[in-house]
Amino acid sequence: MPKDGGIGASTKRREDVRFLTGAGRYTADIDLRGQAYVQFLRSDVAHGRINKIDTSAAEAMPGVLAVFTGEDFTGMGGNPAGWLIQSRNGETMKEPKRPVLAHGKVRHVGDAYAAVVAETPEQARDAVEAIISDITELPAIVDMAQAVADKTNRVHDEIADNVVFDWGWIEDNRAAVDAAFKTAPHVTTLELTNNRLSPNAMEPRASIGDYDAGTGDYKLYTTSQNPHLHRLLIAAFVMGIPENKLTVIAPDVGGGFGSKIYHYGEEAVVLAAAKKLNRPVKWVATRSEAFVSDAHGRDHVTKIQLATDMQGNMLALRTETLANVGAYLSNFSTATPTFLHGTLMAGPYKTPLVYVNVKAVFTNTAPVDAYRGAGRPEATYSIERVVDKAARELGIDPFEMRRRNFIKPDQYPYTTPVGLVYDTGNYDATLNKLVEMVDMKAFETRRAASAKAGKLRGIGLSTWIEACGIAPSNLVGVLGSRVGLFDAATVRVNATGNISVMVGAHSHGQSHETVFAQIVSDKLGIPASSIDIVHGDTSKIPFGMGSYGSRSLAVCGTAMVKAVDKIIAKGKKIAAHMLEASEGDIVFEDGSFKVTGTDKAKTFGEIAFSAYVPHNYPLETLEPGLEETAFYDPSNFTYPAGAYACEAEVDPETGKVTICNFWAADDFGNIMNPMVVEGQVHGGVAQGIGQALLEHAVYDANGQLQTGSYMDYAMPRADDVPFYESDFSCITPCTHNPLGVKGCGEAGAIGSPPAVVNAVIDALQRGGHKNVIHIDMPLSPSRVWAAINA
Amino acid sequence: MTKVTMTVNGRKMSGDVESRTLLAQFLRETLDLTGTHIGCDTSQCGACVVHVNGAAVKSCTAFAVDLDGAEVRTVEGMANADGSLGVIQQAFQDHHGLQCGFCTPGMVMSTAALLKENPKPTEAEIRHYLEGNICRCTGYHNIVKAVLAASGQDVSAVAAE
Repeated sequence: MPKDGGIGASTKRREDVRFLTGAGRYTADIDLRGQAYVQFLRSDVAHGRINKIDTSAAEAMPGVLAVFTGEDFTGMGGNPAGWLIQSRNGETMKEPKRPVLAHGKVRHVGDAYAAVVAETPEQARDAVEAIISDITELPAIVDMAQAVADKTNRVHDEIADNVVFDWGWIEDNRAAVDAAFKTAPHVTTLELTNNRLSPNAMEPRASIGDYDAGTGDYKLYTTSQNPHLHRLLIAAFVMGIPENKLTVIAPDVGGGFGSKIYHYGEEAVVLAAAKKLNRPVKWVATRSEAFVSDAHGRDHVTKIQLATDMQGNMLALRTETLANVGAYLSNFSTATPTFLHGTLMAGPYKTPLVYVNVKAVFTNTAPVDAYRGAGRPEATYSIERVVDKAARELGIDPFEMRRRNFIKPDQYPYTTPVGLVYDTGNYDATLNKLVEMVDMKAFETRRAASAKAGKLRGIGLSTWIEACGIAPSNLVGVLGSRVGLFDAATVRVNATGNISVMVGAHSHGQSHETVFAQIVSDKLGIPASSIDIVHGDTSKIPFGMGSYGSRSLAVCGTAMVKAVDKIIAKGKKIAAHMLEASEGDIVFEDGSFKVTGTDKAKTFGEIAFSAYVPHNYPLETLEPGLEETAFYDPSNFTYPAGAYACEAEVDPETGKVTICNFWAADDFGNIMNPMVVEGQVHGGVAQGIGQALLEHAVYDANGQLQTGSYMDYAMPRADDVPFYESDFSCITPCTHNPLGVKGCGEAGAIGSPPAVVNAVIDALQRGGHKNVIHIDMPLSPSRVWAAINA
Repeated sequence: MTKVTMTVNGRKMSGDVESRTLLAQFLRETLDLTGTHIGCDTSQCGACVVHVNGAAVKSCTAFAVDLDGAEVRTVEGMANADGSLGVIQQAFQDHHGLQCGFCTPGMVMSTAALLKENPKPTEAEIRHYLEGNICRCTGYHNIVKAVLAASGQDVSAVAAE
């Protein structure tokens, strides 16, 4: 039943009006009185020892106010990794200090090692070019296997084999898994690469540092997905500022996809420079800077093996992965290839034995960290490619192969062999829905038409699951997380009855301002137009962990619902006093507090007003005001899942792949705003298609980034993708949060890459190219053509 | 520094510019019209599209000093006279054609130029025309749908939300 507002309605977005009229306020749009500008000197070599930096000419340039080098920040840092991983041998991971600006060595192209502050951005840029650097170039460490093998060349001098950790999950399972492989009737092996990506939020990073000499307060405007996390990292770990003396404001943020979770050195520089100069200092990244300095995503090289019987029943699965972390450990970089990846290697299947080995490797490349999906796309891609290959080897229909191995609805809660407990799901339901959407008979007709035109058409399947709603602090604490992953919300009912809701989540495209207001409106019976969602300013919002990992609704949304429940409970107390009734007799219905069984009632507005004009209040038992905060820490992850299919056409003459159709059948639990959910799926699928066909961050053997602009890095554009069909009518509500929601932001990017690759392999196989069993992403025309003509 | 004067969204506006100042910088920094966004430095992303003398232009490709006397329209000038959303803007809202909003000004301006040239574009024509505008959030589905709707075409057959 479509409703105009409240939970389940496709309410149009309130944030759109400002974005459509040019009234959005992104960090680069903000100017502070008297601001100066900083520009960074970035390494143009991948690996080098800094001998001398001569800044004297730069200091004498017009408009220059200050020049900084890495030496100015040696007392600060380092920017920490959020998760401490233990290696198989019990050793703790290697964690070299990550500096604000590089000193001693530069470790990747784009590594910032000096900065100039000047009156204008142009003057700062000109002066950066006047810095004279004496850097001895060292051999670049780019290839991961070589990095591990060559112990003489080191990204960090103190780490001999460039290995951060060698992680086994679950180490105790290893012997049993290996034994199962020895006796398995069939083993399918696949070696694959999960290609390195550049996140490319359309808004480049930007920061403004401001310092109040009168109070000693710092303020940072920055492009952040999680302002409180930024504040904590900068204050407590990097700069040593008392946390209460730093405010972080993330205003409108133009997309994140993970890349704006992390604290970057530029943010510390603008703050330090603002204090030194007693002036605001602003930095806006160019896209070229973004390509070389934003944390990249993915970059795994994996060998995966699946043991089955001859009927396709999965008996055991094991993987060996090299995961690139780049030159420094970014904040989530150690969690992404481990607990966001290894724990998902059971997928939606009841494979009884699973073992995952991941070696994380330093290289002279930009840091690699969580990017939309973060670890889970890598897991899903490996699993869904090897399952498809196994089905082909065994002559089993790929739909049937998956069905045969699905965890069934009566098996929940289901404990996987890789340490998660899936609370609920129904993978057959989403797969059946997908089959309905695809209509294989119609596909055969289209395939025949393609064949007539000399084209090869195929269909590819992927059934995926992820763990999101990040995360239960108890669990992640055991696994090595150094932070809690709860969230928080404050609901402030103002005296005039309208409502401000302050949330720890941050919206940078997710639509929280609209959807969170729908939920509060639904719960309180107050029009959404009287409810504001406040986010992105640590001086206004409670301490929450921000938005990533499809967590906003499941974690922060739950905190918000709990705060609303407290408002209702307080309202009942006030109503009981006003109506001279017992609190137990008050019910809250349709926006009014009523004495049950009578016609006595007070409207929500009357209760709010009374809370702030507390005449005749029993002040010893009832506090004035109507404002409540709730913190919520989930008891488990949430487990959205789904089934995706891609129909692709290959031109065998050129190797070009065209995506003809893409279908997504998802189970996201309960849906708050279908329009928004569908938009999230579309965006994720496009990013997945981008990974599968177009995108690749490529370094050459010297560590030079070959794809440092939109001329070289192929972003999906409007004519690279089709209209998608998305369904989320199969619903198994999450069992452990009150809204029954699971999260939908990453789904598309997780489920789609294997569907695309499976479709291309299917097209080639059906077209008689039986020797093509795998092509590494991105499936560019040259790679596909080469595979056909090998 | 050279003084330039342009008619921007119907108002005469002036400012002093360096010879290297781009139109995008002039609009954002001198005239404080920050709706025009800068998303790249190779004239690829399209976030900075405005209209110059009626034609869609990536404002990062034009020097302000060359445009003395030009008529410029930006996203700030796209609403109706009463301040309500114009047809294209309304279609983007109705069909959820934006998420983070950063590429949106360029999308709106490119769409306006497209519909002026081709009032009833097909899906393929829209996708081809918008090749120079990159969006990372929407996967383009709802943008294409919004453009179809803004041109008065029936979008009920396009996968509905």
